[in-house]
Amino acid sequence: MINRPARWLDRRLGIAGFARRGLDHIFPDHWSFMLGEIAMASFAVLVMTGVYLAMFFNSSSAEVTYHGPYKALDGVKMSAAYFSTLNLSFSVPAGLLIRQIHHWAALVFIGAVLAHLFRVFFTAAYRSPREINWVIGVTLLVLAMAAGFVGYSLPDDLLSGTGLRIAYSIVLSIPIVGPRLAFVIFGGPVPSAVMIPRMYGLHVFVLPGLIVLLLGVHLAIVWRQTHTNYPGPGRSNRRIVGSRLWPTYSMKILGLFCLVFAALAALGGLVQANPIWIYGPYDPAAALPGAQPDWYLGWAEGALRLFPAFNLRIGHYLVPEVFFPGILFPLLLFGGLYLYPFVEPWFTHDRDEHHILSLPYEQPKRTALASAGIMMLLVLLLAGSGDVLAVLMHGSVIAIRTLFQIVFFAAPVLTAAVAYWLCWRVQRRRGREHARAAAAGPVPSDGGEGN
Amino acid sequence: MADEKPLADQEERRQNLGMVLTMLAFAVSIAGAVGFLYVYWTNHDNGLMGASAAVALAGMGVGLVVWTHFLMRHEEAAAERPVLPSSPELREAFVQDFVAGQDQIGRRQVLGWATTGTLVVLGAGGLSLLRSLFGASPETVLKAPVWRRGDRLVTPEGRPVSVETLEPGSTITVFPEGRVGFVPGQTVLIRVQADLLRLPPERRQWAPQGNVAFSRLCTHAGCPVALYEATRHLLLCPCHQSTFNVLTGAQPTSGPAARALPQLPLYVDAHNHLRAAGDFTEPPGPGFWSLPS
Repeated sequence: MINRPARWLDRRLGIAGFARRGLDHIFPDHWSFMLGEIAMASFAVLVMTGVYLAMFFNSSSAEVTYHGPYKALDGVKMSAAYFSTLNLSFSVPAGLLIRQIHHWAALVFIGAVLAHLFRVFFTAAYRSPREINWVIGVTLLVLAMAAGFVGYSLPDDLLSGTGLRIAYSIVLSIPIVGPRLAFVIFGGPVPSAVMIPRMYGLHVFVLPGLIVLLLGVHLAIVWRQTHTNYPGPGRSNRRIVGSRLWPTYSMKILGLFCLVFAALAALGGLVQANPIWIYGPYDPAAALPGAQPDWYLGWAEGALRLFPAFNLRIGHYLVPEVFFPGILFPLLLFGGLYLYPFVEPWFTHDRDEHHILSLPYEQPKRTALASAGIMMLLVLLLAGSGDVLAVLMHGSVIAIRTLFQIVFFAAPVLTAAVAYWLCWRVQRRRGREHARAAAAGPVPSDGGEGN
Repeated sequence: MADEKPLADQEERRQNLGMVLTMLAFAVSIAGAVGFLYVYWTNHDNGLMGASAAVALAGMGVGLVVWTHFLMRHEEAAAERPVLPSSPELREAFVQDFVAGQDQIGRRQVLGWATTGTLVVLGAGGLSLLRSLFGASPETVLKAPVWRRGDRLVTPEGRPVSVETLEPGSTITVFPEGRVGFVPGQTVLIRVQADLLRLPPERRQWAPQGNVAFSRLCTHAGCPVALYEATRHLLLCPCHQSTFNVLTGAQPTSGPAARALPQLPLYVDAHNHLRAAGDFTEPPGPGFWSLPS
């Protein structure tokens, strides 16, 4: 069956040699390698559902009056963008399903990218020769979060308008270039008549285009460099162990794609995501108490809430409060992430090529640092819903904020200490096991990084 | 030798089991897909469509995984990794060829300068397109006057507000007359007991009979400061929970906002209506680099 098309193609492209080597390409079997694949599968679902949604969405801010099956908003004036999202949700068969799958896929996509990043960090897969792919991966995370936020802004409902206002205020706060930059992005003070078309252009062309491009490069580099392996028999800097692309890995990845898609379909059908008809159309004079961004921006929301009332006057000029938590903090965070693989060798003096992963307990300092980082983000995420927590716990907003300000510094330090101690304990236990095994007699090599 | 036959039997049984399970999973998938078709063509119930699509896809996914697990040989494959760095000779050869090409391009330095010059001018032309992305200059828009002296305060429905419209302890949103809905113009009017006010001396005349007015845009991130707690005379922003004390001229009392809400000076006209005695004390909304101090 494959014979004829293969001959046809090969006569024109001469790729049988390359394609044959491709069939034998090895993919490691460990479950933690699936995190990146889950991200890829959700991205594929995002593209498919996104194209479908684009056929129905109207990015115009023109004012229209709603008449349709959703009676609560009958006769209400709204933007054409909000109108088309309502129509999509109530009048297009399966429109709501596809919209909700798209939203859920975005939430899962970013979660999977983040989990993948942590896996790579905890196992030190970013070490030489994989620094380039680390940088591309961090960029993909930034692009994914940006695409998510911009997509969330499109329906022009009350939540999305509020989010855009805050984003505009943050860009506006940048010294010297802030106002100009904010006007370039949003077309003037939010709400502006052109902001929805701007966000639409970013959401359907610029950001997904960049993601596709960088994802392609990311995969090409993985292919060229081959995957890492966890330490184990037969694995070394020279040899990789796992499943062949054809047939085992292909079957597995197809199965995984179907399962991820199934989970997203179930979520999209059964669990409500972003019910914009409840929020109502954007009204710049209205605000929604208890409003929060999607989870992946919760850390930024938390930072905005926790940072104290501090701004900086430099002569006649002002650096507003939101600059510090909204611009400086993310710059430090992502700057640190970007530079980490290049900075770590200053301390470890290890610039060698590595293809065997380091287990988290082997490098207690790295593990402690990453655990502290995760804890810090979790604290900020919770602080981002401080007002909701205050209501739930019948506490005062001010007390909860003060508590979070203390926890923001205390919890990461504590987490780092505990993580360090745990690593040390595992190391000690492993050391004793090794000593006992060595005393008992020669053992087969456990691989390690020996050549 | 004696073990071989049972082993082959075991393998046979395993393969049969795998086939049955795979077929079963695919049958579930078909059932899910049929269910999806039925719901899609009849009542479009969102939950049923999602659930049936999920069953269809999950059946397919489980089928593929079971197939791989039971019907395909388990073997750990291994391969040599490629040696990434090229040989020094190859690298050297590349550099030589590249430099040779470079020499051909750049024998005359003046051409290099000409190229740079051309690119700079071309780049300036391209970059200037960014100017079209924002209409008026940010400087003018952000500092544009909002209220003019004599503007009447009107409700969102357009009705003028008298000095007695509000009871002490209550609040409404007002706009400059003729510009209802104008975002920077949204103003919160509050009436408090006049003797409680502790405004700075130069603002004493701005609150006739305890009517005080402030910009309704939070100075932190621009959300509407929509909540008023009358007992403590606090305006509260729902976005990041900054609070502003109305009695002291909307100075921030807690939360992340550092600047007071700009105040609108008021006076009462001959018809007892409230009018603006000037503009806000500062441009309303979030701060920016050249915000006048």
